[in-house]
Amino acid sequence: MVVFAIFFLLPRIVGQTPEGMAQRYVGRDSSPEAIEATVKRLHLDDSIPTQYGRFVKAIFFGDDYSLGPQKAHCPAPCLGFSFNNNQPVWNEITRRLPVTASLALGAAVIWLISGVTTGVISALRRGSVFDRSSMSVALAGVSLPIYFTGLVALTVLSYKWGWFPGGGTYVSIVDNPAKWAYALVLPWVTLSFLYAAQYARFTRAGMLETMGEDYVRTARAKGLPERTVVTKHALRAAITPIVTIFGLDLGLLLGGAVLTESTFSLPGLGKLVIDGIRNNDLPVVLGVTTFAALFIVIANLLVDIVYAMLDPKVRT
Amino acid sequence: MALGRRNAAGRRAGGTDSDSLLQDGPRQAPGTDPSRSFLEARDLRIHFPTDDGLVKAVDGLSFTLERGKTLGIVGESGSGKSVTSLGILGLHRKAHAKVSGEIWLGGDELISASDEEVRRLRGKRMAMIFQDPLSALHPYYTIGHQIIEAYRVHNKASKKAARAHAIAMLAKVGIPRPDSRVDDYPHQFSGGMRQRAMIAMALSCDPDLLIADEPTTALDVTVQAQILELIQTLQAEFDSAVIMITHDLGVVAEMADDILVMYAGRAVEYGTIGDIFHRPEHPYTWGLLKSMPRLDRDREERLVPIHGTPPSLINRPSGCAFHPRCAFGERNGDLSRTVVPELAEAAPGHWVACHLDPDERRAIRVEQLRLGS
Amino acid sequence: MTATTPADVTGEEHPGGEGETLLSVSGLRKHFPVVRGLRRKTVAAVKAVDGLDFSVRAGETLGLVGESGCGKTTTGRLLVRLDEPTAGKIVFQGRDITHTKGAALRRMRRDVQMVFQDPFSSLNPRHTVGSIVGAPYRLQNIKTEVGIKRTVQDLLELVGLNPEHYNRYPHEFSGGQRQRIGIARSLALRPKLIIADEPVSALDVSIQAQIINLMEDLQNELGLTYVVIAHDLSVVRHISDRVAVMYLGKIVELADRTDLYERPMHPYTVALLSAVPLADPDQRGKRKRIQLAGDLPSPLDPPPACPFHTRCWKAQEVCTVEEPPLAELSPGHRVACHFPENAPHANPEDPRQRDPSVPSEDGVVPKELRDAEAHQAASQAPAPPAPAAGQTEPGPPPTR
Repeated sequence: MVVFAIFFLLPRIVGQTPEGMAQRYVGRDSSPEAIEATVKRLHLDDSIPTQYGRFVKAIFFGDDYSLGPQKAHCPAPCLGFSFNNNQPVWNEITRRLPVTASLALGAAVIWLISGVTTGVISALRRGSVFDRSSMSVALAGVSLPIYFTGLVALTVLSYKWGWFPGGGTYVSIVDNPAKWAYALVLPWVTLSFLYAAQYARFTRAGMLETMGEDYVRTARAKGLPERTVVTKHALRAAITPIVTIFGLDLGLLLGGAVLTESTFSLPGLGKLVIDGIRNNDLPVVLGVTTFAALFIVIANLLVDIVYAMLDPKVRT
Repeated sequence: MALGRRNAAGRRAGGTDSDSLLQDGPRQAPGTDPSRSFLEARDLRIHFPTDDGLVKAVDGLSFTLERGKTLGIVGESGSGKSVTSLGILGLHRKAHAKVSGEIWLGGDELISASDEEVRRLRGKRMAMIFQDPLSALHPYYTIGHQIIEAYRVHNKASKKAARAHAIAMLAKVGIPRPDSRVDDYPHQFSGGMRQRAMIAMALSCDPDLLIADEPTTALDVTVQAQILELIQTLQAEFDSAVIMITHDLGVVAEMADDILVMYAGRAVEYGTIGDIFHRPEHPYTWGLLKSMPRLDRDREERLVPIHGTPPSLINRPSGCAFHPRCAFGERNGDLSRTVVPELAEAAPGHWVACHLDPDERRAIRVEQLRLGS
Repeated sequence: MTATTPADVTGEEHPGGEGETLLSVSGLRKHFPVVRGLRRKTVAAVKAVDGLDFSVRAGETLGLVGESGCGKTTTGRLLVRLDEPTAGKIVFQGRDITHTKGAALRRMRRDVQMVFQDPFSSLNPRHTVGSIVGAPYRLQNIKTEVGIKRTVQDLLELVGLNPEHYNRYPHEFSGGQRQRIGIARSLALRPKLIIADEPVSALDVSIQAQIINLMEDLQNELGLTYVVIAHDLSVVRHISDRVAVMYLGKIVELADRTDLYERPMHPYTVALLSAVPLADPDQRGKRKRIQLAGDLPSPLDPPPACPFHTRCWKAQEVCTVEEPPLAELSPGHRVACHFPENAPHANPEDPRQRDPSVPSEDGVVPKELRDAEAHQAASQAPAPPAPAAGQTEPGPPPTR
């Protein structure tokens, strides 16, 4: 549905006509005949539902774009050709996915561990210096936009002090794992700061609630060591909503961490879609959005499954 | 365990007999054998400093209990009965509560013991069952897991052995098909079965002391009868001491050997069950007995409620905490208003904290209220 | 379904009784459908109330007792028309109010009011006491002689509260006082009938007596009629004139107070009364407690014919096939049982006619005559000899 809406609305918003779109492919000063031919080739004058149907079919089976003597085959899964460089969007996506994945997964590990731990400790030491300061920091974390924290980090830690490489550097993990990690430290920290702050607050609230529950008192009454009470009883109960949110956050992020990638000039999916929007590159936007939507759907499914694993009451 | 040791006679070994410092309060449970005295509380005080003031939830409580016997603690909300039971188990966070006094469990003093020492006793030598088994059991773990957890923290046992023990405990408390029910979650049990499961969990390590805090208040009356009977049967089998906390005088009449009546954090009356029901001495106890609708008597006269409302624990009434509600508080001039009454022995083993003259009390009880002889 | 004569329903069985019949209920049913699947098909129904027939005379107090899942709370809600019955009839002051709606329902609410169980959650914490108690006047657009505020203050005084607390909020009051506020609100429009759903169970024992006395005083002063729903049998014995015992949505026994408590006829009533702990230590060990076999069946699938037969120690084949009608077995005492206890004319097939210490053929014997082991065995075997759905497994938590 989302994809269809984008398919339908985006060109209208952007003010494109079939001819206008064709012109993007062919070049600015092309003849009306060339434009006409391109329109026909790309089936841009078909009705929207037909185009949509073709699009969906192309995802599974690939598509052919015949151009008189020129034939261009777009192998499955086919998400169209980029206006800019005439390359299949899919290839572009697969090239950039590892970057986004590195960023998202790395940050996810960091924010999950740091956020939950901070939240738990804050809850256990409620009102202490640690609690109050960590919650203030968390408040800053959720309030400051990524491009702000990212730019501050870059300015201070990269340009000024030179501790970390600046934006635009990305090394694949297979090439040089050490450098890969090193280059990603700043983006990771920036991205995790925001999420860790959120998760710290959630965890703290959840823990405060569960620590007051009767079953925690029972656990203590059984003589369980306090650490077991906190982790296996209180945290176990508080973590369920957090896990579900985590799944959704990660799913969304894998579709493109737009702000972070832009700030740090990382060639990921987020940057791809931003550039695509800036360049009015419709197929790219469409393609990435479809791809991201897929991730979100999968994430939702996984989250439901995990929730049932964690909460037995849901299973019946 | 390096706690205060007691020799067989129940006195602290070595040094002076500290008992002599305590002039008031019962040293022995009414009508019991001192050598079997197993649990003893002395001048227990549990205070909570709050923003609104110091909440004196328990303010000088003493009692004893021997194995195989049941102590019923009766009181309403705010009397301090639940706080007492949590205090015995050491479940009050040091940061929130100031606990003082002594609690002797067998030969070990609990209040001066370290957290770790008390933790090791919890579940193993003393256990507690709570009012609402649905909220007191963890919703995400099976009953079997929770029983096994309790068992393995105190006993070295393989998972298999622990599971077999859990199944045996479930069978013992009367849960049908225990070998399959052991893998069920708490929400899959009915209310009565859940309470049985909680009892199984509490007794899994064979504790010497069982504290039951309003165990049947949330249950239907037919189920309540079953649970109470179960507790009695298991008590006989394990020879455990039981503290039954309740507001229901009927339950206490069925279960208890001795009764402690609490009001505003203090004991106002303490005696055997016969003493309390047939020869009650304290006006609060009279009030409870007279204001209760009876199942076995037809409606003859109006209930006689206790005038007023339970007291605030922050601003306790001066002197006798019950005096604002006592119909006889004026009889001693200012005494009830200014002086806190201490527990005094009205009859052997029967203690009352009241300023009324004993003969006058008896007269009121027998002639005016017609309560017992 | 139940074979009661019309005379029973209209209360003409009590000629010369205290007052005319204020409320009468016949064939009252409330089934809650259970929907499953994408197409929301009704696959089953929770038969919360399954065929009630009774009447309430003006000025009397009818007690409705039973354990959780018996349907008494649902019954209370039906009587005040907070829910609409699935079947049956409710007649109040001669008018059929079963399906009234809209303005007529609002008018009816002036005469039938409810006092709720939980004084902590049934009062809106954001409203002052004055506005809570005064709300009925505003909602019903009634002009009072001396103004709403004055009327409300009079009401507060009537229930034993300080009229100067008019502007206070519920959280500033204790549980007992809040219950008084709830009572004051229900009295605002001078109703004729008050349904009290567990009016004292959430209160401390010493406060319960105050509220019980208050309710009795108000009844005498204002000529109220009460239906009191409770699970505490002692409270019900004290406050009621007549008592109805409910089980799985049906009334199994309905009698005068003294009759019910001293000569209970239905086995369930007998078991229930034997289970209540008495505040008399001398009785310890002397009372015969009857333990019921098995667990409470689910109202989704109540046993056929007599709903109690799966747990009854006297159950015979007829109990699984023919539903016993709520019949008047002695003056003013109605029982739905084929083999009632304490009956003036015992059923010749009653297994208790024989020596009760000898187990009956079906092998189910009352608890007091068994030892613990035999009881274990019996509770795992199906109770009745017939192949009816005798549930011995713990079912899902019973709903109210």
